Amino acid sequence: MSWFIKKSSPIKPAKQKKVTIPEGLWDKCLGCKEIIYRQELKRNNNVCPKCDYHFRVSPEERLQLLFDQEAFELLFDDVQPLDPLSFKAVKTYKDQLKKLADLKKVHEAVWVAKGKLDGRPVVISVMDFSFLGGSMGSVVGEKLTRGIELATEEGCPVVIFSCSGGARMMEGAISLMQMAKISAALARLAQKRLPFVSVLTDPTTGGVTASYAMLGDINIAEPKALIGFAGPRVIQQTIRQELPPGFQRSEFLLEHGMLDAIVTRGELREKLIKYLHFFRFQA
Amino acid sequence: MSKDLSTIEAPIIELKTKLEGLKAQPPSSKRDREIEKQSQKLAKLQKDIYKNLTEWQICQVARHPKRPYTRDYIQYLCPDFEELHGDRRFADDAAIMGGFGTFNGEVVCLIGHQKGRDIKQKLHRNFGMPRPEGYRKALRLMKLAEKFNRPVVCFIDTPGAYPGIDAEERGQAEAIALNLKEMAVLRVPILVYVIGEGGSGGALAIGVGDHISLLQNSIYSVISPEGCASILWKDAEQAPKAAEALNLTAEKLKKLDLIDSICEEPLGGAHADPPLMMRHLAEHLQSQLDDLRKRDIDQLLDQRYRKFRNMGKYAQVG
Ligand SMILES: [Zn+2]
Repeated sequence: MSWFIKKSSPIKPAKQKKVTIPEGLWDKCLGCKEIIYRQELKRNNNVCPKCDYHFRVSPEERLQLLFDQEAFELLFDDVQPLDPLSFKAVKTYKDQLKKLADLKKVHEAVWVAKGKLDGRPVVISVMDFSFLGGSMGSVVGEKLTRGIELATEEGCPVVIFSCSGGARMMEGAISLMQMAKISAALARLAQKRLPFVSVLTDPTTGGVTASYAMLGDINIAEPKALIGFAGPRVIQQTIRQELPPGFQRSEFLLEHGMLDAIVTRGELREKLIKYLHFFRFQA
Repeated sequence: MSKDLSTIEAPIIELKTKLEGLKAQPPSSKRDREIEKQSQKLAKLQKDIYKNLTEWQICQVARHPKRPYTRDYIQYLCPDFEELHGDRRFADDAAIMGGFGTFNGEVVCLIGHQKGRDIKQKLHRNFGMPRPEGYRKALRLMKLAEKFNRPVVCFIDTPGAYPGIDAEERGQAEAIALNLKEMAVLRVPILVYVIGEGGSGGALAIGVGDHISLLQNSIYSVISPEGCASILWKDAEQAPKAAEALNLTAEKLKKLDLIDSICEEPLGGAHADPPLMMRHLAEHLQSQLDDLRKRDIDQLLDQRYRKFRNMGKYAQVG
């Protein structure tokens, strides 16, 4: 698994020290720097047993954790990325996409799944940070929108796990407009009085936070996740001041009224079942 | 390498100064012939220079300090405009202004980012970069427009939403997100003009509507060319290249079906002849209002939804 071998993500605060992780049976916790036996970590839903640090997990692991009998159907994987602007910086977008295609990353930066939660149908989408930083381009916009529209049509709730650096620059303003597109679909879901629970995970920033991630009937986050509109580095460059400790972490957002609750990974399924029960349609 | 706008505009400025000098001279048929000759020369010069602007130069026209701002358009369109302040929650954000006024006999709600002209105003307006209060004020006014059935006209001109500690504490992301959702279903016509800089989510937060128009030399982008350059090239100096790569000009955005129309600017850009720019925009606005008024509101909302729904370029495989 490559996701926790990664040394540092591009949008982590600049001050964080790089941590080298020994390969093999052991992992070093990014929270407390302790060495943890990988099997133990796995048993604990990839949460550090010593400090509660939530390791980043793959969409597949998340979905298995949530659905009844770990059973779900993946949807809309026939939607695949293009390079509409022939975008070229130091790297070309085309080459970046090609590399990911070679790695068989067929779900792009979001997995959309339908299945049952406590016996009732639900559409759950999970963003994948390992695909270009979970960035939101045309495919993320289209797949999420189709998921929301399907739920609207079939009368079932929507849950979205955000994990993204924001809009995908390489698709220019097309990626910006995905914010409006997905939010409009959520407005229609709301008109049908169907619930939407937004789960913010580490990290959720930029255009993703400033659209669907903040639009839940209930917004919850995993502990200590980085959540914000502007990235910490951009803010620091603008105001030229030290950022306060814990700034833009889940606990900070809860304190400032932006979240309903912070929920650990172990309690997530039970909490979602409860929330959706509270909002179940009554004639 | 793309030259700076001030460099390429230098001959225009020089010729304009010369013309003014001529006009100050005592009248004579010789002087008049010379004025005529130089005016034609100026028009040709402006046309030649402006038809070949690079993307980076267009960014500079869009950000030109003499370009008309929201306040200028509002004053021209609605001489009886009344500004309404505050979000009723925390503060009045001067980076966004809004209110109601009468345009050609019809009451409309007008909202827009406002940059400052001099340094004092720039600081007061926070360079047109709103905090959450600005977006919440905008939504409050839009809800008023909906309640009393008045069309909404938005003017976009911002480098982006303000990236600051206070803005984050008070929910910058939530404020923008809520506007996107509410504007998608607001039951009155919404017209959007990008009159200068359309900077990312901070622009889109007042940019969801039935007709989106870019002034000819305006830009609309997911990130500033400088920001994009510093991330993808690790060098902000590469902004001209980023400007080209981002497809942020009116012409490119129209080709990508992300905007509905391009509002023509006077020769030499909006700053070259603000009164003419105002007239162009007023005519454009009138024809759009006439068109939107004819449609049933549910039909309008359906079209609004479908327009944004269809934005995106992807492959459908298998
Ligand atoms: Zn730990």
